[in-house]
Amino acid sequence: MTDILAVTDHRRGELRDVSYETITAGRQLADETGGDLHVAVVSGPVGDFAEKLNREGVDVVHTVEYGEEFNHDVYTQVVTQLYDELAPQYVLAPNSVNGLGYAPAVANALDLPLVTDTVGLETDGETLTATREMYGGKVETANELTGNAVVTIRGAEWAGADGTGDAEIREFHAEIDEDAIRSSVTGFEEVGGGDVDISEADVLVSVGRGIEEEENLELIEELADALDATVSSSRPIVDNGWLPKNRQVGQSGKVVTPDVYIAIGISGAVQHVAGMKGSETIVAINTDPNAPIMDIADYAIHDDLFDVVPALTEEFQ
Amino acid sequence: MKILVTVKEVSTVEDEFEIEGTTIADQYLGADLNEWDDYAIEEAVQLQEAGIADEVVTVTIGPEECEQTIRQALAKGADRAIRVWDDALEDVDLLDVGAKTAILRTVVEAEEPDLVLTGVQSGDDNWGGTGVSLAEELGFEWGAVVNHLEHDLEDGTASVRRELEGGVEELTEIELPAALTIQTGINEPRYASLRGIRQAQRKELDVHTLGDLGVDEGAVEGAVTVTDMYEPESETDATVWEGSPEETASELGELLREKGVAP
Ligand SMILES: Cc1cc2nc3c(=O)[nH]c(=O)nc-3n(C[C@H](O)[C@H](O)[C@H](O)COP(=O)(O)OP(=O)(O)OC[C@H]3O[C@@H](n4cnc5c(N)ncnc54)[C@H](O)[C@@H]3O)c2cc1C
Ligand SMILES: Nc1ncnc2c1ncn2[C@@H]1O[C@H](COP(=O)(O)O)[C@@H](O)[C@H]1O
Repeated sequence: MTDILAVTDHRRGELRDVSYETITAGRQLADETGGDLHVAVVSGPVGDFAEKLNREGVDVVHTVEYGEEFNHDVYTQVVTQLYDELAPQYVLAPNSVNGLGYAPAVANALDLPLVTDTVGLETDGETLTATREMYGGKVETANELTGNAVVTIRGAEWAGADGTGDAEIREFHAEIDEDAIRSSVTGFEEVGGGDVDISEADVLVSVGRGIEEEENLELIEELADALDATVSSSRPIVDNGWLPKNRQVGQSGKVVTPDVYIAIGISGAVQHVAGMKGSETIVAINTDPNAPIMDIADYAIHDDLFDVVPALTEEFQ
Repeated sequence: MKILVTVKEVSTVEDEFEIEGTTIADQYLGADLNEWDDYAIEEAVQLQEAGIADEVVTVTIGPEECEQTIRQALAKGADRAIRVWDDALEDVDLLDVGAKTAILRTVVEAEEPDLVLTGVQSGDDNWGGTGVSLAEELGFEWGAVVNHLEHDLEDGTASVRRELEGGVEELTEIELPAALTIQTGINEPRYASLRGIRQAQRKELDVHTLGDLGVDEGAVEGAVTVTDMYEPESETDATVWEGSPEETASELGELLREKGVAP
């Protein structure tokens, strides 16, 4: 029997989608050996959250009332104590920014192996086989461990749990050591505002690290002008300061759903794809025919952007 | 104040490659300084230039071949470097987060830094766990995915921004000593100057074995084993346009006109 403890994620009063996905992954593992699925929700309006988390297949929702927002010290303490109380085989957490803020600490505190960013999981009750990606998705690996573990779940790999369950909702009285809380959240800020809203554009000409140099961005601007389209980019272009933050597509940038998204010299890392996979038509221009972007492209040109982009601009001038 | 920066040489892979067992065949692999660590080094060097840090030390777990990569940090301004390697590590095919924590902990305890900077993740195998795990092990406070650090650490707190999803940043106060995992974009990493590169050759680079550090060999075996590596089955059903750039561009042009989105 494999009991699972799935820890959920929320921010500013809303449960995040990956919470429901973590429940699905947890249910799948619990089913493989006939165990129970425990779900934990910590901080914020936990009563409301617990009702929403009572999806099909959840056995117990444990609520911990403590503060409003995520604090990694609180989560680390609570999850460690829940583990001691429930003795689950696997602790699952979202591979979100917050998940990565406490899951490694929980694993270390409990002296358990940690497997992060998993895209597939399987257990026979003893051995866990976790599928992960390496080298930006160029290869996948099977990772095995025996015994108990802390595992983080990549977003959008499992479907969100739905339906209504008949879970028991249980308050968990964690003993929070206030002295061990040595960080405090003082606020939030939205970034990436400004003159352009790429999420409004019908056509995005999106540029990635394949462009190599800042000067070369001119090629992209010329194409966008010719097409009457908007320029967006992957993260490195913004990190380099070549374009402002409001042009960044992806997990930590904007989510866009244009009619046409032209990805130029972008590999298609998961954090990028999270921001553009809902585009109606995706075109990829990339010299690497195996780049992960090809998995979601509708049309592809396996060629050098420095040849294709000027030729395309020419078409429309 | 003293800052310790963890740095890793990561592997890069060519577009075309072959897998041998559970690794990529050597001839298709290149090496580079981990992108995230480059930003961590820059942050530490800037703190030093601002007079806040008086020493910046780097530490890496890696074989001798990675020294050239590690010296890049010295060329950019770090004062000295530590490299940990051991025969026992040669046989470990996956140095997992637990193993790295066990090793790095001893270095932190010997160096006693006020601040440890790591990258958010390794660019090649993206575990994203070492910084936070290490902090917990040491009893340090921590902050994950930091994309801004106020340079006024004198009062014993670090004011940081954590980059969350969806263009939201969290403002957090973190007590020192702490480990911060540094996100790309926090600064603009410099290129090493020629003078810096020359100086780096003379800077101290100490090599330690597990025995030197008092790390038990059993602690680095790691609990996770890679049993298989393969290219994921392509899910692509993309229409691939072939031909000269003019031909493929014209196909794309036609598509855009068909969709009614091009002038
Ligand atoms: C917490 C976190 C959040 C992140 N958030 C985001 C985010 O919001 N958005 C985002 O984009 N990334 C994000 N990232 C980074 C992400 O993991 C990748 O590093 C990034 O998306 C890579 O950008 P890229 O595709 O432009 O570069 P690369 O991965 O370097 O790809 C460059 C591509 O260009 C191709 N190429 C090279 N030369 C040419 C040429 N001449 N012609 C045609 N093609 C060429 C190459 O084959 C390659 O596929 C995040 C990472 C982390 C850890
Ligand atoms: N072999 C290593 N030697 C030194 N530091 C490392 C090593 N591996 C990882 N790190 C550090 O830990 C960070 C996160 O790595 P990881 O948890 O492996 O994704 C990296 O950005 C490095 O700063």
